[in-house]
Amino acid sequence: MARRGFSQWGNDLHTGRRSYNIVGQRKGFFAVSLVIVALCALVLGIRGFNFGIEFTGGSEFTVSGVSDTSQSIATEVVEKTGVTEIPRVSSLGSSAVRVQTVPLEQAQIDEVKAGLAEAYDVGADAVTVTTIGATWGKDVSSKTIQGLIVFVLLVTLVMTAYFRNWRMAAGAILALFHDLILTLGAYALVGWEVTPATMIGFLTILGYSIYDTVVVFDKVRENTDGILAQKRSTYEEQANLAVNQTLVRSINTSVVALLPVSSILFIGAFVLGAGTLRDIALALFVGMAAGTYSSIFLATPIEVALRDREPAIKAHTEKVLALRAGAEAGEPAAAYAVTGKLLPGQHQGHAAQPRRRKK
Amino acid sequence: MASSTKKTRPLRTLISLAILIALAVGGLAAGVKWGDADWTPNLALDLEGGTQIILTPVATDGSAITEEDLRQAINVIRQRVDASGVAEAEISSQGGQNIVVALPGTPDQATLDLVRRSAQMNFRPVLVQDYGFAAEPTPTPSATDESTDKATDEPTDKATDESTDEATDESTDEATDGATTGSTGGESKESTDSATATASATSTATDNATDEPTSTPTTQPKTEASNPSDLAQITDTVKKEFDALVCDDSKLTGGDSGDPDAVLVTCSDDGLYKYILGPVEIPGTQIKNAQSGLRVVNNATTNESVVNIEFSNEGKEAFYQTTKRLAEQYAQGSAGADVAPNLFAMVLDGLVISAPQVTQAIPDGRAEISGSFTRQSAATLANQLNFGSLPLDFKVQSEMEISATLGSEQLQKGLLAGLIGLILVVLYSLVQYRVLGFVTVASLVMATIITYIVITYLSWLQGYRLSLAGVTGLIVAIGITADSFIVYFERIRDELRDGRALVGSVEKGWDRARRTILASDAVNLLAAIVLFFLAVGGVRGFAYTLGLTTVIDVIVVFFFTHPLMELLARTRFFGGGHPASGLDPRQLGGRAAVYQGRGRVRAPQATVRKKESDGVTLGGFAGSSATDVEDRPLTIAERRALALREEKPSQPEPTTATDEAPDTQDDVPEAATTEVAGEDEEKH
Repeated sequence: MARRGFSQWGNDLHTGRRSYNIVGQRKGFFAVSLVIVALCALVLGIRGFNFGIEFTGGSEFTVSGVSDTSQSIATEVVEKTGVTEIPRVSSLGSSAVRVQTVPLEQAQIDEVKAGLAEAYDVGADAVTVTTIGATWGKDVSSKTIQGLIVFVLLVTLVMTAYFRNWRMAAGAILALFHDLILTLGAYALVGWEVTPATMIGFLTILGYSIYDTVVVFDKVRENTDGILAQKRSTYEEQANLAVNQTLVRSINTSVVALLPVSSILFIGAFVLGAGTLRDIALALFVGMAAGTYSSIFLATPIEVALRDREPAIKAHTEKVLALRAGAEAGEPAAAYAVTGKLLPGQHQGHAAQPRRRKK
Repeated sequence: MASSTKKTRPLRTLISLAILIALAVGGLAAGVKWGDADWTPNLALDLEGGTQIILTPVATDGSAITEEDLRQAINVIRQRVDASGVAEAEISSQGGQNIVVALPGTPDQATLDLVRRSAQMNFRPVLVQDYGFAAEPTPTPSATDESTDKATDEPTDKATDESTDEATDESTDEATDGATTGSTGGESKESTDSATATASATSTATDNATDEPTSTPTTQPKTEASNPSDLAQITDTVKKEFDALVCDDSKLTGGDSGDPDAVLVTCSDDGLYKYILGPVEIPGTQIKNAQSGLRVVNNATTNESVVNIEFSNEGKEAFYQTTKRLAEQYAQGSAGADVAPNLFAMVLDGLVISAPQVTQAIPDGRAEISGSFTRQSAATLANQLNFGSLPLDFKVQSEMEISATLGSEQLQKGLLAGLIGLILVVLYSLVQYRVLGFVTVASLVMATIITYIVITYLSWLQGYRLSLAGVTGLIVAIGITADSFIVYFERIRDELRDGRALVGSVEKGWDRARRTILASDAVNLLAAIVLFFLAVGGVRGFAYTLGLTTVIDVIVVFFFTHPLMELLARTRFFGGGHPASGLDPRQLGGRAAVYQGRGRVRAPQATVRKKESDGVTLGGFAGSSATDVEDRPLTIAERRALALREEKPSQPEPTTATDEAPDTQDDVPEAATTEVAGEDEEKH
């Protein structure tokens, strides 16, 4: 019966019988988001990122097919070759070990490779070596930042053109940065390595966050179409109704989107250990959750806050509120929710007329 | 029934899609049978195992690297890798500045070193030229047959020198594309001609002088040579090496540009000839410019393709000296003297790309190489020469070895994760949308099929390779694709809640959902395109997958999910709003919010209370609920049903009421739905 409750809840949200005043309490949500963003910035500042080998440069040895994944073996082998810095050793899955060191000379690499093969009792071809220059990650990050800037500019243009209003674009972009900072902060907090896979995760958040916001904004656009021509509800109320009406969709979507991601995250983190899957999945999980949150609690309130400064909207809101105060004696406004089209009329065409039944 | 304003033919759309998919599969099957297609997409290096080297070409003089340089550098590396016998190596440029070399399997150290070596271009004089294939008599033109035979038959020191000279002279005439170097300027001809004549005396003098030290056997490998063309540089070891050299593929890897001050024994890049070359006379850096074009004779353009080289000031002088000497040798050679041929080899990455003949000294640093060039081969040579002007070092950015077992484990677990995710999504949509959830499942299956086909096609035709990041992208896309269906279903439900009949709801909901789906997918596609063009490496593969799934999402929603919904809306199960269909108007409160006029909907508080107590009696009517009773008199059908119900006593459970729903509908479906449609009109 819980499902019935959920669908009843959805009905109530749609008709406006039950409505969460999300837009009205926007100052509170702004404050919450600001605190979260500040905390994330703090985490980023204090903890910083644990950059992976792709960013710092170094040599990585992967020993596969081992029976004993204890990490001390690898540490000893590397120590023996005279590398003073302690290597990072992690296990991949149940039968592989990854050893990351500072950049080594070819001779040292051969030595470590042979040592690892001997210590873990595997053949020499079971040890693979990866050497990465420090500039590789830098290249990727600079390209990523370039991509971010171009994307933000293009999205601003496209959204402004589609919604015929830059404020929606502004709301979406602010929400996007909120999501990004949150994701970065969460990633830094967990302390997993930042690899190219993580970057991919971060970049996907760009698309997803805006995508989610556009769906909500499209409902806002639908609800507030012709808002100035009527005197029953304010822009804020209609926007809030839109958020409430898309709440069920937002929840369903985020659950559906998060289910595969969390299954990757689970498998990646607990079965495979360090690696592409885990890194992407964590970034995506946090980012998608933040994206859903921000499209409901942040993007639309920001948009409404910006919209309320518009002279036409401002005047309209005042007029509606004044009318409502004047008609106090009439039916209590709370019992009536305005759904559907704001303006009556609109011819549906001849074909829309009831037809004679053929039987 | 509420009639639709547009004539739609959902069945036709569905069948068209099915035919399209069948055609695509058929095409793929044909490709597998007769072409080199495969039923499974190719896997990228991180899944298949192998070695990936990312190289950044760096100009030794610090100048910027153009795209053309990068292309030439890739060609150089490709020549090295292909010749070294590594199958299916992939060499591509990345982000306009890096070269990615992907070698499947575990290549040996020699191959890896070969790839990393820097590439250079130099000009060296030819000392000896011969055919590159095995010394065994092979079917060759009769003139050269004779000479090569002579050359190999007489292996004595002095005799070989002579005979090979003869041999090469003859063979070059025939086969070195008949390439000749001449001055471009017509007026310089006279002066160079005279220069050749006057210089010949000195040349012979030096030759005589150097003849002496050669005849005395020296142990040092490098003999003092008076000029780079001096045959005395050919020591016994060099000779032996040259004789043993067979220019098969293993020798065409290049990569070793040799000691610039010593002789070099090497092959031409096509393996046709082998050479003993003198020391470097002009480094490639001194080429100012090389262009291919049509030969111009007396201001008239001929139909002959040539390559024009222009040397820098430094190179001009060196080139003059060289051509002068070679022209002298030409004169001596034709007089029968024992000198090196007047050939000038352009050596790229240790292999001779062209060895034109020099007949006259060229003082102005502008040379024209002519011969049996096609426009294409002239352009290729010009590009290679231009590349030579920028000697490149390859800086290794990263070298990655991935074992195939590790990759396959990741792929397996990744697919397992995807499967679990898919099952969870299916379960959730079934709980949320009941039978309608199956539409989601069918659409997801459809999207999966189309994605698989497209990826297999791409990997066949475009060399697309699926990486782990790409697989993750596909798994993530499950959620994003499913969102389109959710948006659509929620819009249909919204319309149902507003009291519309299902067919109308599907139509109206689709109109609204379509806009949203297109707008949001456009944003996703935008993100994918931006990432694809700006990002590098793995990010790029991921962006490609993301863009692909977004487009497929639109296709599936438009040509599968929507037509399917239109069809389903006409069935009794969905159209009648069966409780398990997920589109039951009663559960959705179809009449709960009742239109009250002036754009208002009456809030359903009162209704809900009523429903709990009264709902039992009238719940069985499609499209009607307890709410309606308050506002309007009962319809005849409802009265009949009520009477019927009173006859059948003691069935107060709401469940039985809903179970009965389809039966009662049978009697009065039209009446009920017309009501709904009627109210619809009123609403607008």
